[in-house]
Amino acid sequence: MANIVIDRIRKSFGTFEALKEVSLTINDGEFVSLLGPSGCGKTTLLRIIAGLETSTSGDVLIGGKSVTGLPPKERGLAMVFQNYAVFPHMTVYENVAFGLRMQKAEDARVKAQVEKAAGLLHIEQYLDRYPNKLSGGQRQRVAVARALAVEPKVLLMDEPLSNLDALLRLEMRTELKTVLQSAGTTTIYVTHDQTEAMGLSDRIAVMHNGVVEQVGTPVDVYNYPATRFVGGFIGNPPMNFIKVPVTNGQVAAGSEPLMAPKETGDEVILGLRGEAVQLAPLQLGLEMKVRVAEPMGSHLLLTGSIHDQPVRVILPSSETVRSGDVIGLKLDPNRITWLSPESGKSFPAAMAR
Amino acid sequence: MTNNRSWIPYLLILPSVAFLALLFIVPLLQTIWLAFSDNGVPSPANAQRMMADINFARSIKNTFLLTLAVVPVQLAIALVMGTMVAKVGRGRETILWVWTIPLGISDLAAGLVWLSILQNSGYFNSLLLGLGIIERQASWLSYQTPVALFFAIAVAEIWRGTAIVMVIIVAGLNQVPREFREAAEIFGAGAWTRFWRITLPLIRPALQSALILRTVLAFEVFAVVYALGGRNFPVLVGEAYNWQNQNQNYGVAAAYAVLIMIISLAATMIYLKAIKVDPERLP
Ligand SMILES: Nc1ncnc2c1ncn2[C@@H]1O[C@H](COP(=O)(O)OP(=O)(O)O)[C@@H](O)[C@H]1O
Ligand SMILES: [Mg+2]
Repeated sequence: MANIVIDRIRKSFGTFEALKEVSLTINDGEFVSLLGPSGCGKTTLLRIIAGLETSTSGDVLIGGKSVTGLPPKERGLAMVFQNYAVFPHMTVYENVAFGLRMQKAEDARVKAQVEKAAGLLHIEQYLDRYPNKLSGGQRQRVAVARALAVEPKVLLMDEPLSNLDALLRLEMRTELKTVLQSAGTTTIYVTHDQTEAMGLSDRIAVMHNGVVEQVGTPVDVYNYPATRFVGGFIGNPPMNFIKVPVTNGQVAAGSEPLMAPKETGDEVILGLRGEAVQLAPLQLGLEMKVRVAEPMGSHLLLTGSIHDQPVRVILPSSETVRSGDVIGLKLDPNRITWLSPESGKSFPAAMAR
Repeated sequence: MTNNRSWIPYLLILPSVAFLALLFIVPLLQTIWLAFSDNGVPSPANAQRMMADINFARSIKNTFLLTLAVVPVQLAIALVMGTMVAKVGRGRETILWVWTIPLGISDLAAGLVWLSILQNSGYFNSLLLGLGIIERQASWLSYQTPVALFFAIAVAEIWRGTAIVMVIIVAGLNQVPREFREAAEIFGAGAWTRFWRITLPLIRPALQSALILRTVLAFEVFAVVYALGGRNFPVLVGEAYNWQNQNQNYGVAAAYAVLIMIISLAATMIYLKAIKVDPERLP
């Protein structure tokens, strides 16, 4: 069992609070992403789990045992660094073998493990080369193979794909998923790329300014963002936020008014996913002024405004809407996120499916 | 357009080349000629006279022993200092500044500092007398105490010349991203293993430069030796100096100078071969 419990971790650098009471539980064999913009504390949290950094307070438990105070090597984990950190003075073979050598494994076992890891990552033909002879993508594979060769209980990855070009990133993403699914290792994956996090993870922890704003499955975080930040950070285009007036607990939206959550005051923020709308006759729907219509082939992207607030929505490419049109939109009440204008948090009602 | 101006780089480089040629290559050729000629004709007379001199063998032995004693100790101290200071956050600059003070002192001044400590009426004897360890002033720098004299010179040289090695090592350590050490740590390498298997191989270029520079300088040791030991501890440069000034024999002095150059070149070649730096195996 190698579940990870992050219990109220705080970290300050001088007066700057990089992590403000972060708690998170990762189940055995689960793949969890730490997703957030640059500077939100992802790397710091990962380094605290790894033991490369000490927390100001709080505890980390791996497999039920507190590892706070234990050196990295006694935590049973492996790590893939953002800049790979593949040793340039060792061959690819020796790099992949490094962890096993440190464990004083027998040569036969080292060989078997190295070959297995190299096979998984398709780097068998580079084993006697030096890393500087390899491309970024190949070095990345070496770094992952080095981590998998020790068969760690826990695998930590810090933006492992961010230094690769877009095409290679996509390819490696798919491959990582295949490899890690078969390994069944508990994995924490740091990234600022939401599509990576969505595609790879069992669950995503969205971080912002040293706080975990939401933890959930990719679908949940996408559909039911807990905060305005999460909705805006995840999804492309990001979630639309429209401030609308509430009258008698209802929000006017054409023929069928929407029921606002009970807790709201005079105004509420309507969180709307761009694709959670349907084209409707003007009087029957919520009015949208279309500034630009972009046919993208797979869909039609409309940029404009609702209640004079900027929005982006997506319609099937079969619809014909032109720049300058005024259209009606029918909203799916089940796919609306209601948020408090004051706190920016979504109302719990929206979380209940 | 660019073609027309291809002479500009050469023009800009010319002064430095001319300067070096005038002040280095010309005297070098003159020295070599001086060493291997006699009254204007080529001759091995100067070299033979040098080798026949009673101090010749002693000065070679002393210079080599001193180099052998001083350089490894300096390298070891510099590595320890560099590794320690890498762990320091605040105050790092101040520590480095204090450590490099000896760099700003001329070697003769350094020799005189240690003379004031180690001479018969110096601070060291005062301290020992004060602590009651010795009864009367001991002498450390005379020809009757060659071992003490050797130690005194070695200590003074280590004190004086370690800073430059440390500066190069610190620069080298700064070039190694901390992720290499951290990755090694994650995969189970202890502090000692990390140092030998990761850090040291990755600072090879710095090690090579530091060793070459320090060894060449060690073969040229003179002022500190002269201040502390006078003629009790002959070294190669000291002999060149004596033949030049006391004996007014420029030919033999030139022969010594050429010998020192050959030894330095040989040492450099050995280091270049022994500590091979393969750019492909660097970060
Ligand atoms: N060693 C450090 N000293 C001071 N500030 C740091 C240090 N490490 C990280 N920080 C700060 O902590 C914040 C979080 O950093 P980091 O965890 O690297 O963010 P992320 O990985 O999410 O981009 C940043 O504002 C960064 O400047
Ligand atoms: Mg980071």
